[in-house]
Amino acid sequence: MTQPSPVLRVIDLQVSYYTEAGRALALDHASLELYPGEKLGMVGESGCGKSTMALAMMRMIKPPGRIEGGQVFVGDTELTALPEEQMRKARLSLISYIPQGAMNSLNPVLRIETQMRDAIKEHKPEMSDAEVQERIYSALESVELRRSVARMYPHELSGGMKQRVCIAIGISLSPKVIIADEPTSALDVVTQRQVMETLDRVQRQIGSAVILIGHDMGLMAQFVDKVAVMYAGKFTEISPVRDMFTDPMHPYARALIESLPTLDNKGVFKGIPGLAPSLIRRPSGCAFHPRCAHAMEVCRTVTPTLERLPNGRLVSCHLYDHQGSPVNAERRTAG
Amino acid sequence: MTPLLEFRNVTKIYTKGLLSRAATTALDDVSLKIEDDRPTILTVAGESGSGKTTLAMLLLGFIPPTQGKILYKGKDIARLQGEDRITFRKEVQAVFQDPFAVFNPFYTVDHLLTVPIEKFRLARNKSEARDKMDEALSAVGLRPEDVLGRFPHQLSGGQRQRINVARALLLKPRVLVADEPVSMVDASLRATILESLRKLNREYGISIIYITHDLTTAYHVASSIIVLYRGSVMEAGDIERVIRDPQHPYTRLLIDSIPWPDINRKWGQTEIVAREQEHGSVETGCKFASRCPFVMDKCRQAPPPLYQVADKQAASCYLYDQQPALARERLSEVLPA
Repeated sequence: MTQPSPVLRVIDLQVSYYTEAGRALALDHASLELYPGEKLGMVGESGCGKSTMALAMMRMIKPPGRIEGGQVFVGDTELTALPEEQMRKARLSLISYIPQGAMNSLNPVLRIETQMRDAIKEHKPEMSDAEVQERIYSALESVELRRSVARMYPHELSGGMKQRVCIAIGISLSPKVIIADEPTSALDVVTQRQVMETLDRVQRQIGSAVILIGHDMGLMAQFVDKVAVMYAGKFTEISPVRDMFTDPMHPYARALIESLPTLDNKGVFKGIPGLAPSLIRRPSGCAFHPRCAHAMEVCRTVTPTLERLPNGRLVSCHLYDHQGSPVNAERRTAG
Repeated sequence: MTPLLEFRNVTKIYTKGLLSRAATTALDDVSLKIEDDRPTILTVAGESGSGKTTLAMLLLGFIPPTQGKILYKGKDIARLQGEDRITFRKEVQAVFQDPFAVFNPFYTVDHLLTVPIEKFRLARNKSEARDKMDEALSAVGLRPEDVLGRFPHQLSGGQRQRINVARALLLKPRVLVADEPVSMVDASLRATILESLRKLNREYGISIIYITHDLTTAYHVASSIIVLYRGSVMEAGDIERVIRDPQHPYTRLLIDSIPWPDINRKWGQTEIVAREQEHGSVETGCKFASRCPFVMDKCRQAPPPLYQVADKQAASCYLYDQQPALARERLSEVLPA
């Protein structure tokens, strides 16, 4: 009867970094909805705001950065309104974050089980030691690591194993939302596939939603249900993965897809001309207009909004009207 | 005819300390030739720890081989002196992985280009030097006025990496070693760098050794490939054949795990045997035996030779022992230019 309600709602989230050169608007009114079990990929060039978005959802933005507006809900809990102490509890139990470069996020002088126990005890002080130990083993087993890994130190593990330990920590309290920030960028393809398969299976088991951040479009094609393309702190297009790869609507998303090497276009190199914009002096209107092959007069002056089209896709571009049909250029400039 | 560059049965073993007997064979009996008259792009592929960077370091003369010889124009690079040594240093150039680390943040990027001009006395005066810089930058698709006089932090990773390529180009090298040149660059900028590498090969006749774990980009630039696994050649040949029709079980696993950005091409048909199992295995046979789904008894007894599975393809695997064996020294015969 009723549609399931979204597990994650991000509404108009805004983050700025205050640098000596001026204010950099890293995240500009970013909104997002995610349903239980959904896997969303967030892609874009370095500096487009993907990691800022993740950190802002976790409320882990550090000065000179500041969350300047917007709300983040996980289920009915508004994270952005929680006192700091409760937010600490919410991290890992409601929403967890698997950082980039797992090799460096584990403490080298503590055994794996000690690090996992710290995290679990912090959130569930009422659990007995035996229960905690059981939770550690089941978390390790769910990422296909032997129980004996619990007694090891990080240097005894390979990169892929360390990454899986990080996933095990991230899922140990069955959070509703898991954010994985380039979880496999330092791994070779075989280990990468192994880690992603693990994440996929675990996510199914606990039914949580996953946000995968990265710039590897290949990984997105293989793993996620929906792709969100970011550019200069804004979402330009959010579409189901199949639509995104077969019929990208936003010119930036299209350029991104066309720049990808596949088996069939050997020797064709199509880069995206121009440079990523400065977040301090962002271009007027649509931030992509200086690099856009289809830029019109209106693009220079009016910032497009992210529109929900009848087919469920979200696009922020003047090239399309509310129905998602291409508008003709003359009419746009005249109006 | 003397090859431009030759690896003759090169082995590199790293030992830990003086007392420990633990040793790692980073590269195991590799022979390779780059011909003078046929500029090629050769990919050396493999996962972390496969020995691909060791191969680059050996080739650049940064580390000596434990066994075997590396010859440049017929001369052992470990014994080069005087003029020959300068020629080698000039003609064999490198582009490394990290486009951030090679720049000194206190100098403008011009510094990276003027130093080699001075050191190798490439120009007689300032205006000639400037012309050479302009030419090299234009060749990699940069506008000199966009980048000269700027500091490294003012440029994108893609621009910086192309300046590195331009620096190498200034010296009119014969061989360029590119060690993961695009892995730290945004996907949208990779295409431009790969394009400039290919241009160097085609228009300037420079042979490129492209070292990577990314088979997608390798497929697009290279003409031949060597797949390494823990220091040994698993498979080698024409890149078109090896990527589209891999024969060695390891190459098959590798290629099956490439996340192609293609919605209709799902990865992961072959099952992965966990890598942890390697530890403690005795290193007498094939190095891939502990993870191989087709492992046989003899795989654990002696390492398989290379078998020529097609005209331009060889695999080091007993599954192909019906095929003629190919001596390790003749590996280059299956690598098209």
